[in-house]
Amino acid sequence: MKNTPITDKHIALGAKMAEFAGYNMPIVYTTIQEEHQTVREGVGVFDVTHMGEFIVKGKEALDLVQWVTSNNASRLEIGQVQYSCFPNDKGGIVDDLLVYRLPEDKCAEGERAYLLVVNASNIDKDWDWINKHNKFDTSLENISDKTGLLAVQGPKAAEALQSLTDIDLKAMKYYTFEKGRFAGIDNVLVSATGYTGSGGFEIYADDKDLPAIWDAVFEAGADFGIKPIGLGARDTLRLEMGYCLYGNDINDETSPIEAGLGWITKTKNTDFISRDIFAQQRVDGITKKLVAFEVDGRRVPRHDYPIEDADGNEIGKVTSGTLSPSLGIPIGLGYVPKAFAAVDTEIFVSLGKKRLPAKVVKLPFYKV
Amino acid sequence: MNFPNDLKYSEDHEWIRVEEGNIAYIGITDFAQGELGELVYVEVDTVDEELSQGDIFGTIEAVKTTSDLFIPVDGKILEFNPDLNEDEGDNPGLINEEPYGKGWIIKIEMSDPSQLDSLMDAEAYEASL
Repeated sequence: MKNTPITDKHIALGAKMAEFAGYNMPIVYTTIQEEHQTVREGVGVFDVTHMGEFIVKGKEALDLVQWVTSNNASRLEIGQVQYSCFPNDKGGIVDDLLVYRLPEDKCAEGERAYLLVVNASNIDKDWDWINKHNKFDTSLENISDKTGLLAVQGPKAAEALQSLTDIDLKAMKYYTFEKGRFAGIDNVLVSATGYTGSGGFEIYADDKDLPAIWDAVFEAGADFGIKPIGLGARDTLRLEMGYCLYGNDINDETSPIEAGLGWITKTKNTDFISRDIFAQQRVDGITKKLVAFEVDGRRVPRHDYPIEDADGNEIGKVTSGTLSPSLGIPIGLGYVPKAFAAVDTEIFVSLGKKRLPAKVVKLPFYKV
Repeated sequence: MNFPNDLKYSEDHEWIRVEEGNIAYIGITDFAQGELGELVYVEVDTVDEELSQGDIFGTIEAVKTTSDLFIPVDGKILEFNPDLNEDEGDNPGLINEEPYGKGWIIKIEMSDPSQLDSLMDAEAYEASL
């Protein structure tokens, strides 16, 4: 099991630790409810160093990114970020990711550079996949093992961090980034992105600098009640927004169109792996769809619980579920046939000997 | 973690405390509540039923996970702790706060108290973790 540069600090803070994607990660420090609320109302810090980072650089860097990802990367200006996915060649998803168009100060004439940020559990799979498809004049570098990442999230994130940098954090637009000096360290990438729906920043730096950045962030944020947040609350925060989690809600078998990710699947203007399959799904219509639902009562829907119609026929499976800390009710995501996908449709979640009435709702579950 | 000496423990992380005669209280251990994290719901729909050792008597929901509850000895379920019950106290967090006290889950009448001998004492349970 690998450690992050912050693992010792998590343990010293009393976090409950568990292995996630091969890393020893903090799951919860106090309670998920409390940590969730900290991010919704104040500011919290996640160590997400386990995430993977690849650099794509070269004359045909855009051609490679465009071929392996579903969104239209040609629209990215330097300093912009894009949510995207790597489709496989059968219309499924290898991984979802963020694409950063990097500054070109280290590029030769005519070259471009991109940073791809991928899920920790898929680093090896993704790396093999893009290398296999790199038929372009472009080099690839996997910097996952030397890149640290903190997500500072919540409505007070900009105020809490502003004393650490000259970058005007409040002025940064969602899904943009800047490179600059942060907590006395040069060349830190500060990105106005996140997986919580509550705003904030993701801070990429060299592994070796991460402990100093962590300490500086807590010192600067002390007056704003900044707290460490574990992966438990990361999951409840993303689920309230309906953000997909790879391995739960999307996988090698699910189409981005079915998953509600049609908005990152630009079949019209670009060519990429499985584009024709997705374009055809747009024409023919899809048979199943990822829906959000709220459950009556207090029992919590969990991954893989069957979803049934009123007659007790299994029509799908729960992909993610939790008790929403903000709403106090059980919520879930799951795939159902299109006939059951409309808002307000009544469905049931089966617990085996009993079943829970549920209702299809619109995302997000919780409006920040 | 705390494992009182006057209780018996099962491999499934339940404890049992004999009150008087064949009457006993059952809950989950300090270790179990810590592993599960914040408990958000407890369901016991076996009140008045006669169950055998190892049968499921209820279900417990934490934010991250669901776990079945197993009865450590044969017996009849007399009561589900009203402080935890959704329709009354509705405070499953008591199990996190006081797993051996106010967070007890069921009261039973044992039908074969000799089964207590098959359970672990505090020392053996702690060593098993």
